[in-house]
Amino acid sequence: MSGAVISAGPGAAAPQAGGTDRSPLPIQVWAMAGRSVIRLIRQPALVVPSVIFPLFLLGVNAGGLNAATNIPGFPTDSYLTFAIGFTFIQAAIFSTMGAGQSLAQDIENGFFSRLVLTPMRPSALMAGQLAGLILMGQFQALLYLAVGLVAGADFAAGVGGYFVLAALVSVISIGFGGIGLIMAIRTGSGEAVQGMFPLMFVLLFFSSMTLPRNLIEQDWYRFLATINPVSYLIEAIRSLFITGWDGEALALGFGIAGVVAVLSIALAARSLKGRMLK
Amino acid sequence: MNDSGQNMYFSAARAVAWRYLHNLYSKPAVFIPGLVFPLFFLAAFAGGLSAVGDTPRFDYYDFTAFQFGFILIQASSLAGVFVGFSIAADFEQGMGRRLMLATSRRSAILLGYAAGAALRLIVVWVIITGVSLLAGMEVRGNGYDLAGMYMLGLLSNVVALLFSAGIAFRFRSLQAGPLMQMPVFIALFLAPVYVPQDLLTGWIEPVARVNPVTALLNGARSLMAGEPTGILLAYGVAAGMIALLGIWALRGLRKAEMAG
Amino acid sequence: MGQGARKAQPNGIEVEGLVREFKNGPRAVDGIDLTVEPGEIYGFLGPNGAGKSTTVHMLTTLLPPTAGSARVAGLDVATQGAEVRKMIGAALQEAALDPNLTGREHMKLQTALHGLPKAQRARRGDELIERVGLSDAADRRVGGYSGGMKRRLDLALALVHGPRVLFLDEPTTGLDPQSRASLWAEVTRLSVEDGVTVFLTTQYLEEADQLANRVGIIDAGRIAAEGTPAALKAEIGRPSVEVLPVDPARRPEAEEILLRFGTAVPASGEALSVRLNDGIEVLAAIVRSFDSAGIELASLGLNEPTLDDVFLAKTGRHLEGAGEADSGEMPLPEAEPAGAA
Repeated sequence: MSGAVISAGPGAAAPQAGGTDRSPLPIQVWAMAGRSVIRLIRQPALVVPSVIFPLFLLGVNAGGLNAATNIPGFPTDSYLTFAIGFTFIQAAIFSTMGAGQSLAQDIENGFFSRLVLTPMRPSALMAGQLAGLILMGQFQALLYLAVGLVAGADFAAGVGGYFVLAALVSVISIGFGGIGLIMAIRTGSGEAVQGMFPLMFVLLFFSSMTLPRNLIEQDWYRFLATINPVSYLIEAIRSLFITGWDGEALALGFGIAGVVAVLSIALAARSLKGRMLK
Repeated sequence: MNDSGQNMYFSAARAVAWRYLHNLYSKPAVFIPGLVFPLFFLAAFAGGLSAVGDTPRFDYYDFTAFQFGFILIQASSLAGVFVGFSIAADFEQGMGRRLMLATSRRSAILLGYAAGAALRLIVVWVIITGVSLLAGMEVRGNGYDLAGMYMLGLLSNVVALLFSAGIAFRFRSLQAGPLMQMPVFIALFLAPVYVPQDLLTGWIEPVARVNPVTALLNGARSLMAGEPTGILLAYGVAAGMIALLGIWALRGLRKAEMAG
Repeated sequence: MGQGARKAQPNGIEVEGLVREFKNGPRAVDGIDLTVEPGEIYGFLGPNGAGKSTTVHMLTTLLPPTAGSARVAGLDVATQGAEVRKMIGAALQEAALDPNLTGREHMKLQTALHGLPKAQRARRGDELIERVGLSDAADRRVGGYSGGMKRRLDLALALVHGPRVLFLDEPTTGLDPQSRASLWAEVTRLSVEDGVTVFLTTQYLEEADQLANRVGIIDAGRIAAEGTPAALKAEIGRPSVEVLPVDPARRPEAEEILLRFGTAVPASGEALSVRLNDGIEVLAAIVRSFDSAGIELASLGLNEPTLDDVFLAKTGRHLEGAGEADSGEMPLPEAEPAGAA
């Protein structure tokens, strides 16, 4: 009865009609990653501000706060060298919000429904979204490092430090990207994801972003900066610029970024599983 | 304008102002950001950076008071920008057209928004001043100085309002929000935010020197300290910007009228 | 492709007592039963908010039913979701496309996710793009597509994996007549040539009438009537005859003659109209009666019953505008996670 097999297309173009096998994970990840990268490239209006704004803040702070290097015990005589570490973190957090936003958009406009009707694996969706993010993070890392060096910042860790920097930025992107995805999956609303922005801003500012923790005078502020995990991410990157290879700072940075990444990805995967079809 | 015309003009402005304030009251999500933002910066700067006030050549008497000058100008300007948002939202929902139909002299609409914004601003001032005092801010200026300082705040509110209203009238869509917010934000941060002007180094130093916000900021800080300097310059700069941006906003209003 | 061969394929739809309740809402779908034969085009006709989309979301496994059962291509939508999804293609309301991708890139993504072998992906994509007439626009971003182009791309995407059952949720809403006609032609071809079962929701009488082999009329979550368009119309109906005498003074006489053949129904303008007691075979007799009375007619028309008459007879309302007073269309399935129920 083989003549009865009918495909919705001329000839045998769809041999698996009525019985598509699952496509291998790498192919799905590749397809989804391709889409997220294309989206980034084609929406400069979304990307450019998240690249430029951290640079602007760096410029303002480097010029405006150079006087802070006169505080006794300040670790370097260039505020630019001190402040640039924060730029990477800020950019990573900004663009992760973007990843959450784009998934929320998919859910809002129904594209997500289209995807879940295909045999796509949840892991492919997440990996795809994160791939765009990591790429963006790498681009930003390279750009900021170049701008910083041209503007006269030190990079004490040298060439090898670049790879450490790139690795750390990736882990941070994954961690905060996961948080953006969780919000998107749970709420399905771009507005709700955007509503997290102020919270991220608070996390960024109440950290050791402008002064080393030991030089913060106000006790309450120093306390907040000490319990704020973002401080340690900044300090890890900062150590590469100021001291070179500071094992403790790097271990803390990678450790915290790693924990955030594992937790957020696990949670995102769980939330996504609930959203996928049975 | 005869008496009854004048009455109509002001009653239209009053109606717009009332509606603006009523909106704020009924939708806290619109009001809160304009308040929380400056408070957040106050905490982050005055709290986190106080050590900067101890550095050599930082000659202002109190770091919190120093930051208050910036927060005052910032909060006042942002309150003006938020009026631009409201205008854009009104046009997006068709309310702007209804207001235009209902008033013969359309500048009454602008006046109404401005009056509403000024009333809103007073609430914001009370809160940021209260919080700063609680945080131990020392005030050295006398009553006249402080009145002059808040007046500078009000003028920066009008400047930002006219600027963003001009954009709102031209684009008539909330999509133009960043176009209103970003330039104001950037202008604010290209002034001596963290340290006195003479401690700035690098590229920002010449930029801050020509930035009109610097004059407002320096004026406000000197009044707070009770040692008014550069006040004439501050008020002159504010008046000049209000004149220029007033033309910009009114022309925008004409464009909105043309667009129907 | 023989009818027999098509029948042998288990690609029909069987629905029994299907119910969907939303939290704090009415029963969007309130116990429907229906059967769609393999290879058939089934038109699901109803006003906005009648429960059409909710039904489609349940049949495509996007939304779990609250009660009842549904089998698509012989598979249970509640327990065999993954298998069902392999068999079906769906073009849902408001073609959900990514404005930043081109048509071809959409096809690439869809073919990859469906696991077509690499060699076939590009070929299958191009073939379908050509088939829906988008070859010229394939490399343009979807953001610049017209409504009709988006619907056609949506249809092509739904066909990537050669589905046996196709769900189209209001595929022509908002399209111009030309785009509508070309979509109808493609859907008909899919059914007739490829034997694909098509389940199509619509709020347009004409669409159901012209396209569907059988029609289910849904109102307020319940099926009000089901059958072929002709049978449905025949069920309620007798045709009506409308005449307009040349001389207005002779209207009373004309009315008297008409009432011999049927009962008066509202007519347009100055005309007179009756619903015939018998079929259209009395038309000749009517003409003869006017002739022998010497009444000259400016116009004489025979009106077949429409699906709107059917809708009116079954629900007491006209289809057009019927949904306006209702609470609007169902919430999107995303409103609650699919796994929640």
